[in-house]
Amino acid sequence: MNKRGFLLGVLAVAVAAVGTVFWMGHREYDAPAQATAAEEGGQQVERGRYLARLGNCVGCHTAPGGEAFAGGRALATPFGTFYGPNLTPDPANGLGKWSADDFWRALHQGKAPDGSLLYPAFPYPSYRHVSRADADALFAYLRSLPPVARANRPHELEFPYDQRWLVAVWRAFYFRPMSDEPAPAEPSEAWLRGRYLVQGLAHCAECHTPRNRLGAMAPDAGLAGSLIGGQSWYAPPLTGDRVTGLGEWTRQDVIDLLKTGIAPRSHAAGPMAEAVHQGFQYANDADLEAMAVYLKSLPAVGTDPASVSAAASPALMAAGGKLYEQHCAQCHGADGQGRPPAWPPLAGNISVVAASSDNAVHMVLSGGFAPATAGNPQPHGMPPFGQSLGDQDVAAVVSFIRQNWGNQASAVSLPEVRRVREAVR
Amino acid sequence: MPFVNYKYKILGGLAAVALSAPLAAQQPEKLEPGTMAGRMAACTACHGAQGRAGPDGYYPRIAGKPADYLYNQLVYFRAGQRQYRPMQHLLENMSDDYLQQIAVWFSDQHPPYPDPRPSRLPAATLEHGRQLVMEGDRARGVPACVSCHGQALSGVLPAVPALLGLPHDYLSSQFGAWTNGLRKAIAPDCMADIARRLTPEDVSAVAGWLSSQPVREVVPAASLPGPMPMECGSQVHVGSRR
Repeated sequence: MNKRGFLLGVLAVAVAAVGTVFWMGHREYDAPAQATAAEEGGQQVERGRYLARLGNCVGCHTAPGGEAFAGGRALATPFGTFYGPNLTPDPANGLGKWSADDFWRALHQGKAPDGSLLYPAFPYPSYRHVSRADADALFAYLRSLPPVARANRPHELEFPYDQRWLVAVWRAFYFRPMSDEPAPAEPSEAWLRGRYLVQGLAHCAECHTPRNRLGAMAPDAGLAGSLIGGQSWYAPPLTGDRVTGLGEWTRQDVIDLLKTGIAPRSHAAGPMAEAVHQGFQYANDADLEAMAVYLKSLPAVGTDPASVSAAASPALMAAGGKLYEQHCAQCHGADGQGRPPAWPPLAGNISVVAASSDNAVHMVLSGGFAPATAGNPQPHGMPPFGQSLGDQDVAAVVSFIRQNWGNQASAVSLPEVRRVREAVR
Repeated sequence: MPFVNYKYKILGGLAAVALSAPLAAQQPEKLEPGTMAGRMAACTACHGAQGRAGPDGYYPRIAGKPADYLYNQLVYFRAGQRQYRPMQHLLENMSDDYLQQIAVWFSDQHPPYPDPRPSRLPAATLEHGRQLVMEGDRARGVPACVSCHGQALSGVLPAVPALLGLPHDYLSSQFGAWTNGLRKAIAPDCMADIARRLTPEDVSAVAGWLSSQPVREVVPAASLPGPMPMECGSQVHVGSRR
């Protein structure tokens, strides 16, 4: 074969490869479902309002202090900062020109009306589970909002992630049709409803499922816990693991945390506090029960060994113990049992013994209130210690709580504390 | 709007001060869950027990300030109109109702004031400060502080804060924040307008004089004798838009 023929061959292979990736990145998996007929009496809008709360749509689509759903909230990720767009019916900046089919396509196929690909920071890998009827209800609700002419702020992404066409490559590798995960032999209605909500609108996996370097969720990991990239929070396993997951939680504990923000074993903090404050506290009892039934059915996936580590040095434990007595024991108790529900226990708390120390370090540095909810309208607050304790002290006291009262998680290093401090600055 | 009986509050406040004055020593309080003091541990860690001010001159006294003033500041911090990341973080998932209850609780606290710190500024500078506070500067359109904050500078109900009992550094940094837009209120933002009419020397003189004065009245005045010299959006009770 001559040289020219060889080059042509290489070119043809390259074109075919690019074409394949392009096709895989843009293909649509299932035919668009039929739009549901508009319901009478505003019921559809009301259901949409309820569903929008469950999904905490307002969380990413409202700037602090801004008009609801008018966009502008920053979402920090390892790839740069995304800004949630305007979802109000404003024709120039919002969804004013969208049809119900467009909305369904965005949720299911991750595409804008013009066919351009949406970044999966908009969690369409989860929203693909949302039914057409629920998508239409959400759209009807968004259409009922007052239009707000707030311009969308462009994302601030690092190269090469700012090249939107590369989303096609990402999708070619990672975006798959809905998996038909086998249900138990005779799944209860509650279990099915719980799975539908957890996998879909509540988009639990977006934080609680481990991701690879390119931000794709590991397909078989389930809700095994994950660092939330760019935010220095860790979403603990929701699986049945006894130490690190929900294995020791009762169904009622799960319901309490979702509904009120506080449970006997732990409190919602960071992004979960927001999800409860703006979303789950409004869920009806049947849906809360359903989510708890489904989550409690998840088997252990083997995350517990990650919470067992070699003992910290006696000097570090002594220093941490002294700080604990001085700053922490009054509320959390010398025995680490806390005074639930006001002050959570640290012994056996899944945020304390997690594979990552980020949550414990974060709480010590920044403090925080449990979310204010109808079930816990006057939450107690943990003081921030970032301004009074140096990195060495934070490392000592967090190591102490991770290795006391039966907790066996790893000691905390100075670089780990510095990394979180940098993120909360 | 204000659901507090202010007359009762003022009497209660005076009684509390009279009773607690001999116990001025800073005993660490024993926190109990289910009490407002226990809930507010995240606030008093920096702002001092009952909100009496932190020890280092950076965290201001919040005790005894008018409830509407405190409530507005909490809403501003949560929405990022007043920018201080640690405050915004703490307030992120709070309801308007709870912020109102927090504001009322701190406004009802009347721990004793510490003795004022004598200023190191020259007497002429302090006199300039006193003049601006008491008389203002008509030529530059700067109203006297007392014309809004009350003759005793103890604040005025429902939403004008006291100016005495605050550290020099806190006072001067607020003027900086108004000038460069880091601290904002609803328009017309009267304090931002006033701050932009003052020179850095004015600010230092005012902060120096105010921070060296003893506190005469511990509770805000019920009302002003006349109308305010400027319109202030901060006198509106703000709410969340969500």
